[in-house]
Formats: sequence, C-alpha cells, structure tokens
Amino acid sequence: MKPISYERAADPTHAAARAANVRGAKFIAGGTNLLDLMKLEIEAPAHLIDVNGLDLAEITETDTGGLRIGALVRNTDLAADARVRRDYGVLTRALVAGASGQLRNKATTAGNLLQRTRCPSFYDTDQPCNTRDPGSGCGALLEGAFSRQLGIVGTSESCIATHPSDMAVAMRALDAVVETVASSGSVRSIPLEDFYLLPGETPDRETVLMPGEIVTAVTLPAPVGGRQAYHKVRDRASYAFALVSVALIRHPDGTGRVALGGVAPQPWRNAAADAELPNGARAVMSRLLEGARPTEENAFKIALAERTLAAMLAEE
Amino acid sequence: MTPHMVPYMAYEIRRRALLVATAASALYAGMARLASAQTAEPVGPQASDVSITVNGTPRPLHVDNRTTLLDALRETLHLTGTKKGCDHGQCGACTVMVNGRRINSCLSLAVMHDGDEVTTIEGLGTPDDLDPMQAAFVAHDGFQCGYCTPGQICSATAVLDEIAAGIPSYVTDDLTAKLSFTDDEIRERMSGNICRCGAYANILAAIKQVAEERA
Repeated sequence: MKPISYERAADPTHAAARAANVRGAKFIAGGTNLLDLMKLEIEAPAHLIDVNGLDLAEITETDTGGLRIGALVRNTDLAADARVRRDYGVLTRALVAGASGQLRNKATTAGNLLQRTRCPSFYDTDQPCNTRDPGSGCGALLEGAFSRQLGIVGTSESCIATHPSDMAVAMRALDAVVETVASSGSVRSIPLEDFYLLPGETPDRETVLMPGEIVTAVTLPAPVGGRQAYHKVRDRASYAFALVSVALIRHPDGTGRVALGGVAPQPWRNAAADAELPNGARAVMSRLLEGARPTEENAFKIALAERTLAAMLAEE
Repeated sequence: MTPHMVPYMAYEIRRRALLVATAASALYAGMARLASAQTAEPVGPQASDVSITVNGTPRPLHVDNRTTLLDALRETLHLTGTKKGCDHGQCGACTVMVNGRRINSCLSLAVMHDGDEVTTIEGLGTPDDLDPMQAAFVAHDGFQCGYCTPGQICSATAVLDEIAAGIPSYVTDDLTAKLSFTDDEIRERMSGNICRCGAYANILAAIKQVAEERA
C-alpha cells in the first residue's frame, strides 16, 4: 500500500470540494472494496477522506410515499429495515444475497453502488485492462483468459466486465434515483438507469459522477407492490458473485419488471423486456439479451438467465 | 417449457485476440509499473493518534494511516488471537466485533476506529473462564488446526445476536416473520468464515448447542 494522508469530512459539500481539489484524494466509507484494491495497488489514493462522520446514515420517508436511504446506511441495516422488508422485498433479498455478514455490516449504500468490477484481468496487474490502465487492452479477451464470470451484453471490444452488485440490480428494478452533491454545493438527482456508463471505448469512465461529486442518498419511489423476488445463481451456495441474478417484481395480472445482474457492466433492464413478462421467460430474455456477445466460456449465461426467470415464474 | 431448451436467440461468440497479443501484454505490464510510480503524494501526516477501546480497555495508539485494524491488534497490541488468513475479506479469520457488530478487521483501517469498542477472541473468554461459544467449540471438536477458530467463534457469537435481532438472511423464507435458529440459517450466515480443515459439521453443532442454551 502507498503512504496516505487522512482527514475526516465534516459536511458533504466540503468533502466534495476536498475530493475535487486534493490530487489523489478518494472518499472512504465502509472501505471493504477500496482497501482490498489498495493492498493490490490497483487503487493508490494519496489521501483518504473518511466520510463516516457525515449525517447520512438514516432511512427516512419521502413526501411521495417512498424512502430516502442515506449514503452511509449499512447493507445490513438496509436489508433489515422493516419498511424495506415489507414494501421493497426484492431489495432485502438482493442485499442478503451479496457478500458475507461481516462485509454487509461495513458496506454502505453508496459504496455498494460504486464498488469496482471483480473481473480477473482488472484484479491481475500483470494483465492488460482498459479500465485499470486505459489503452492497455482487455486481458479478458486474450486467448486462454478466464471469462466464465464476465459480461455477455452491454460489453464492448474494450471491456467485458460486469458490475458485481446485487443491491443495484434490485434498485434498478425499483426505479431508484441517486442523489449527489458537487463541490460547488449543487445537488442533482440521477435515475439509477442513467448513473452507470456503458464501457464503449472508455471503460475507465464507470459512472456519470463528476470529480469530487459525492453520493448522499438513494431514493425509492412509493412501493409498487407485486410479488418480489431475487434469485442469484452462483458457483457455490453462498458468498460468491453471481453468474446470473434475476430481480423480479410481478403483479397478479402477470405484468411486472425484470432486472438482471452478472451479465452486463450495469444492472440490466429495459422496458421492451418488461412488457414481455406476461409472455414468459423466453420472450423476456429475447428482448433483454438482444445483441448479446458472449465468449465461449460464458455463452451458457444466455440459457441460464432464461431458465432462472422461468423457474421463478413457475414458483408463483 | 420444453425439457431440453434450445438456444432461443441467435448470438455471436466474441472473438479472442491471438497469442501475439500476450507478448504485447507482457511488454505492457512493465510499462504500467512505470506509470504507477507517478501517482500523487500525501498532503498531510502519514500517521495518526487514535484511541481504541479493546476488550474494555482504552488503548491509545500512534498508527501509520495504512495500518489495518487487524495489524494494529496483532502487531501493536500483541493480541494475536485474531488471525490473518487471506487479508482480503474472503476467509473470515480476522473477524472481530466493533461496537457489537462483526467485521473483517483486515478490511478496516485502525485510524478509522478512534473511539470504537472492539471485542476480540481474547475479550470473549479466557482459558479458565471460557465463553459458552468457546466451550461448545471444544465440546463438539469444532476445529482441527484451529487457525480459523477465533474468527469462527467471534462470527458465530454475532450470528446468534443477528438472528435474535431479526436481521434476515438469503435463506429466510418470510421476511416479515420471526426468525428461527435453523441449520440453514446458521450455515448461510457463517459463509464468510472458511475452514480449510472442513470442520463445518462440528462448527454447526457447536453453534446449535449455544443457540439452544440461549433459547
């Protein structure tokens, strides 16, 4: 790990200004992903701004009947919140599908959204990676590379990494909105749908956040009801990243919403696929995975995604 | 649904770069190390004074900002019960309680724990006065080499509290009903603690016994 200086942030705007103006500065909250990457020197901040003291750890009700989840709400607390369990079951299900109990006790809402990919080439500094070192190439697309876990849709010739979050997949299904403060003090609300950038030729640009801009909360619209489920398929029964995960909200009339994890650089959902839900899993996936470009090792995800959704629909 | 589903959509397998690209990547690896030498410099002190209450005793510490809570416990305070396994949050050997909640002490900086209350395996019980969870691990032979055991015991203690507090897990059926101490619940919640000797069956038995004693 490289030497670091350290400060505790007093308020979000000041923290954003410090992050924008101090060269090599990064925010740290739970730290479970950042410290892992710092030990490998994949992340090498010179200065850490500890945001844990900010007043952003509450879950409150919004004027429109939804919830405002502070950026520092821990994954455990969000999953256990009685309102979330009752009205946003898909979110609790997704949260407890991720990581381990120890990690969920530390991991924050904003940190979960902003965690980096677990692509093996991103993690192996002897491999090229356009996300870690722009212009170096994609190690995951080299002959013999390990791509079983990686993306099949929304990817590019520069990057086939997936976003690893489970929480974000449920939030995408729930039409969550990310609230931020910039170094100027200006605030904005970014639908989660627009928060992540597709890799294209610049996979190092992962979100629309500007330098220093800090996430302060995630808001959920009023509850949409329906039966809510999250099914995660992985190589072992617990504590592993998704091969494919499915967030499903289904109403009694057969309509609903479907979002996928483990297949794309961001939680994957579109309106055309949602509209096919009454017609079954194959109809949904033929829309949702249209244009998929898997590798030989992960082409199985196309069938797996359909079968996972089919199994969930059959359970009801 | 047909029993043998055929691929339901046409797709194109992404082509891979030929072997010649690996020579380029080898060249690249050297260049990347050169580039990473040009990072920013710290803008303030690289060490800090903190006070962490460990097993009930306030411990003032002067730590390099990079020091993990795990290294502070082991190397500075010589509380070597807490173990370093993977040092990346994957094995659970470093599990301790901070303000009553279990965390991986390897993925947390000591400088971020000023004023916090940390409980390690040394704070749970002593050889003469074992905590019930420690006694149960002994009674059920819940270990072989013992390296993961302090983390297992800290984690298991917290797991029982988490079930009692109604925090749901991936195997919880009804998110709004009272939780029960089933084998599946305990197994799922202990998945962040790896035992390479494979003592899982006995670890489960030990935790079950304590859960039943508490009930």
